[in-house]
Formats: sequence, C-alpha cells, structure tokens
Amino acid sequence: MSLRRDWRRARAIAWKDLTAERRSKAGFNAVTSLAITILVLFGFALGPDTRAVRDAAPGVIWLAALFAGVLAFNRSYQSELDGGALEQLVLYPGSRKAIYAGKLLANFVFVALMLVVIIVAGIILFQVVIPSEWPSLLAIILFGTIGLVTLGTFYAAMSSRSRAREVLLPLLLFPMLVPVLLAAMEATKALLGGNLMSDAGAWARLLIVFDVVFLAATFLAFEAVIEV
Amino acid sequence: MTTSAPPAAGPAPITGTIVAPRTSRWPIFGWFAFLFLIASQVTAIVISPPDRDMGHLEKILYVHVPAAWMTMLAPLTVLVFGLRYLWKRREQDDLLAAAAAEVATTFAGLTLVLGMIWARPTWGVWWTWDARLTSTLVLFLILAGYLALRALIDDPDRRAQWSAVVGILGAINVPIVYMSVRWWRTIHQIQSSPSTVDPAYVIGLRLNAFAFLFLMIYFIRRRYEAALMERAAEHAARAAALGSRQ
Repeated sequence: MSLRRDWRRARAIAWKDLTAERRSKAGFNAVTSLAITILVLFGFALGPDTRAVRDAAPGVIWLAALFAGVLAFNRSYQSELDGGALEQLVLYPGSRKAIYAGKLLANFVFVALMLVVIIVAGIILFQVVIPSEWPSLLAIILFGTIGLVTLGTFYAAMSSRSRAREVLLPLLLFPMLVPVLLAAMEATKALLGGNLMSDAGAWARLLIVFDVVFLAATFLAFEAVIEV
Repeated sequence: MTTSAPPAAGPAPITGTIVAPRTSRWPIFGWFAFLFLIASQVTAIVISPPDRDMGHLEKILYVHVPAAWMTMLAPLTVLVFGLRYLWKRREQDDLLAAAAAEVATTFAGLTLVLGMIWARPTWGVWWTWDARLTSTLVLFLILAGYLALRALIDDPDRRAQWSAVVGILGAINVPIVYMSVRWWRTIHQIQSSPSTVDPAYVIGLRLNAFAFLFLMIYFIRRRYEAALMERAAEHAARAAALGSRQ
C-alpha cells in the first residue's frame, strides 16, 4: 500500500534527522540550555515569593518550551537547506506529505525530550507539587506537544526558506498557537491546582480537538508550501 | 487540493491592460463611498439621542461597530481569494487577497483603538481580556504575520502560494481563538453580555455599516490596483533584465 510506503519514507526522514542530532547533540544541548535559562529569568520576573512562582509554573514551563521550540523548528530544515537537498527530497516519488510527517516526527521527539528536561527543571525551580493524577498530566503534555510541534513544523517550512526567519517564525506561529497554548496551560494549571478536576478534562478534550483540526489542516496545506 | 492544479507553466504573467484607466468608474465609486460615509455619520449623530448611561459617548458606536464588522468581513475575503488562488492559480486572486489583508489589518487596528477610546470612560480601563477584544487582537497579529510574510519573500509564486496558505489557516484559526478565549474567561468570571441596541440607534448603525462596506470595497480595489501596478513593474524589470520586449 502507498500509505505504508509513505510511512516508511516519513520514518526514514525522521530517523535521518534524529541520527544527525544524536551524533552532534549540539542543537539539543543549546536549545535545552536556553529553555532552562528562560525558566530562571521567569523566576526573576515573578519574584522570590514561592507561592506566586508556583502558581505561574504551568504557564512559564509552556512558554519556555515554546521559545526554545521555535529555535528547534527553524533548525529542523537547516540541514536540507545547507546542502541544497530540499529540492531533491521534493523530487523523490511519493507523497510530499511524507516529508511533513517525517519532520513532524523528528521535531516531536526533539521537543518531547526537551520538555522532559524543562519539566524536571521547572518542578525543582518552582517547587511544584506533583499531583496524584500525574498520568493525566503526562497525557496533557503529550497533546500540548503535538499541537506545538504541528504548527511549528508547518510554519518553519516557510519561515526557514525566507529572509529574516528568526522574526518571521514567531510572528506567524505565536498568534496561531494561542488556542493550543491556552488549553495546555489551563489543563496543566487545573491539574496542578488539584481542585478543578472537571476543568482539566474539558481543556484536555479541547486540546485534542485543536490537535486534530491543526493536524488535518496542515497536512492538507503542506503540499502547497513545499512545492514552491 | 494542489494535485488538480492545471498548467505546469505557473501563473500567467499579467500583461498589458492593468494600469487603472481614467475612464474607470472606481474613482466615482470612491467619491460616492466617502460622501455616503460623511452623510451617514452626520445623520447618525444628529438623529440619535444621548444614551441614558453613556451620554454622547454612544456616538462612537457608528464607527466602532461598523469597523468591527468589516474586521470580520475582510479576513473572510482573504480566505475566499486565498482558496481561489490555490484552485485557479491566477495571480490576480493573490493580489486581491493581499489587498484585503491590508484593509483587514487597518480595520482591525481601527476597531481596537476605537474600542479602547470607548472602554476607558465606560469600563474605566483601556483593555480587558474579553473574548472579542482578545480575538480581535490575535487576528490583528495574524494579519501582521501575513503581511510580514509577503514582505519577506521575493519570489512571486512562492509568495502567492505561501500567503494563500497562511491566510486560509489564519482565517480558520480566528473562530477557534474566539472560542478558546471565551471559555478561558467564563471559567474564571462571568462575561458581561453584549447589550442590545435601542431602535433609536439602529438606523444610524445600519447606514454606517453600508458606508463602511462601500469604503472597504473601495480600499481593497485601490490597493489591488496598486499591487497590479507593482507586479507589472516587476514583470517589466525582469523582462528588461532578460533583454526581451515582453
């Protein structure tokens, strides 16, 4: 089946990107260090008051992931662009959606690993009390990451091939991410707050809906982005 | 959607008859739109009684609310022409979408500023994180991103195709932002319901809605004509650089 072939292509692209990253580790280390720096700076901005810092922790952790993620997304097309290989990738037979799926997969692994470090650092720095419903928290982090990575990978396909990509990607991406970030932050906050359980469930469902909508929309639109 | 794209030759270059001719009826339409706006504003301000609570402050209704409606209509125009571009690959549709996006940004900015001018004496604050305010601001930022994308990409085909995609996704996102912000707000506090408008204000509002609509159409047309001329100049420059006549 062609779907299975596309899946193999996507896996090959993801594997290539992740292998390159694993062998150098430069990108991951730099981006993750930046994320932790952002956490520390937010700590300064929010003051030494433990309670205020703890209340703001869910939002701060997601924002640190966002700011660091933007760098990862722009980087993810860099190896192809440096080698002039993107044109060849596009010329290969098969659906171009496989390219997107592969980049998406690689970025997802990258950001998810980065989030593990950020969250551990955030829990320690902001003295977050881990709730007993931590499996639900993991699910929310999973779906939030999917939303973040979907739109990030999609818009980076454009911004990384334009002038002033450092400005363009955040400018395109951040307003589009408002629903995803809002839902992820609120769900995380509700779970960490402990007493607003129903809200967490509602926000989590909303987050899943956003993920599905944006995944479908970006998969449909990717061909128009990559073919020119 | 892209597999059915017709010719492999790309969009046909715009040729010849694109310079806005003096015989065009559009300048007349423009004059009509501006005069209609002035007449509608005067009518609305003269016939409307001062509001019980707001006094003469309610007069801002006749610019703020029509501007807000155009802020919803103009991005819809971007969406429609973006989809049409991806379907037919006509450069004109791309330029129309770009013109509509510029006008949409203007109206969104106008709506926000007028709303703040009204909110300060009425609510006592310049800004509140209401769903409509916040989603209008996010829409403004999405449009700013759209215009930045257009400004930062030189290749016309790429610019057209990418901005069509960004415009479509942005337009889809606006109602989603609205819903999510509304939910975010209602979880924390009860949102004040929009007040219904008294019959005394309806005529003025309706007149000005049409005045703004005419103005928006005229603005989009003017920006479209300017964009056509810019593209024609680009084509001419490229032709000259290649040493050919066309």
